[in-house]
Amino acid sequence: MSNIPSNLRYTKEHEWARLEADGTVVVGITDHAVNTLGDITLVTLPTVGTRLTADQEFGTIDSVKAVSELFAPIDGEVIEVNTELDASPEDVNTDCYGDGWMVRIRPTDAGALDRLLTAEQYEALIKE
Amino acid sequence: MADTSSLQHTPLHDAHVARGAKMVDFGGWHMPLQYEGILAEHRAVRTAVGIFDVSHMGEVDFTGPGALAAVQRLITNDAAKLTDGKAMYTAVCYPDGGIVDDCIVYRHAPEWYRIVVNAANIAKDFAHFQEHAGDLCAIANHSDDVALIAVQGPQARGLVARLAGSDALLQVPSFGFAPATLAGASIVAARTGYTGEDGFELFVEPAHAVAVWDALLAGGAAPIGLGARDTLRLEAKLCLYGNDIDATTNPLEAGLGWVVKLDKRARGDDFVGGEALAQIKARGNTRSLVGFRVTEAKNIARPGADIVDAGGAVIGKVTSGGPAPTVGGAVGIAYVPVGLSAPGTALTISQRGRSFAAEVVKGPFYRRPEPAA
Repeated sequence: MSNIPSNLRYTKEHEWARLEADGTVVVGITDHAVNTLGDITLVTLPTVGTRLTADQEFGTIDSVKAVSELFAPIDGEVIEVNTELDASPEDVNTDCYGDGWMVRIRPTDAGALDRLLTAEQYEALIKE
Repeated sequence: MADTSSLQHTPLHDAHVARGAKMVDFGGWHMPLQYEGILAEHRAVRTAVGIFDVSHMGEVDFTGPGALAAVQRLITNDAAKLTDGKAMYTAVCYPDGGIVDDCIVYRHAPEWYRIVVNAANIAKDFAHFQEHAGDLCAIANHSDDVALIAVQGPQARGLVARLAGSDALLQVPSFGFAPATLAGASIVAARTGYTGEDGFELFVEPAHAVAVWDALLAGGAAPIGLGARDTLRLEAKLCLYGNDIDATTNPLEAGLGWVVKLDKRARGDDFVGGEALAQIKARGNTRSLVGFRVTEAKNIARPGADIVDAGGAVIGKVTSGGPAPTVGGAVGIAYVPVGLSAPGTALTISQRGRSFAAEVVKGPFYRRPEPAA
């Protein structure tokens, strides 16, 4: 069973997005994605200041099985990157919704998050 | 000429000598350093297919009802995730978290696991295995009963499948393995390697090693020595035990945290070094093993060179280094303080009385291209 927290929004590409109190959005990959990828050996993320476009690639994840692309859930600017993942990519495996977060974005459009999948919709998607 | 009579020989030793390989003492083994030349051999593996005699590596078998428990106690990775025909990379640690060896664990059957260990560590590892898990199952050193031939490069899998007459081998996934017959010999082909390329490592009975080796040569593979093996693994940023990792380093600072499964301890599968590594994980590393590219042309950093700060004080150490034939320039691996481990960080390397600049690089220096669909 995948862990799909109800307070997050999701993409079809298995990223999650969480709206913070300050209006920024934290992004990572889902438990389902982690289980599919297996052990993650390398996470490559953009630098602070990079402008992201929804559905466009913004980084890569190397695992023992494959190299996979990360896709931006919404438009926005990267304002923080989890540099801990440089030395500890395994944090994504052990805590994908916590220590394994990837980037913090300042959204271009504050309402963009509402257009992402809800937990129920994402759960239905991965059951297909 | 040095006396090499006391050195150990693999079953392919005479074949290397007969072919004119330049032979060296490698950890007590008389092994080929190069045949045609390191650069040509490096290129052959990146562009076609090369074969390596790695028979000096050790094989230790764990058998019986307690085999999984024994392996779980010894390795940092989680062997419970293996199924028959699957393998995993792991570290083996001392109680203090220092690294005994880095190994690959193969599950042949529910009560038969094999750990392949580095050649120079066979006796040390076997003693460590006996000491910490000898009460759990039968542990047997089969290092002298197994020859190992690595076949690596973009054409490697096709060559092995063709010579074995087995399309099924092409379906073996990464870190999977399957039996086959090649040159009349029963082999086990594992989709693993140490070059950054795709390929197989073939387990062969010693009596059949020459037949398999010769069949691979006749099929177009180039023989590759230890020299190119080192440049290939360096470009792929794969750790070499004795250089990048040893008893004084732990897997978390060496970038091997992905094979340290602290969560298996909570399920009752504690492992040697588990408590120490949990404490290190909680307080954080002080140094980190990073890749670097030399940014001043014509300089090559070698193992043992110092990383120095602006005042010339030693703050880190190069553990591997050399030319990077495929990606160009010179690259290396070094321990640096965590604060200097971010990609793009400028480093100063001091070597034999002079210093030159380098830059921290993320990930492997070389990635093999995705195969055409």
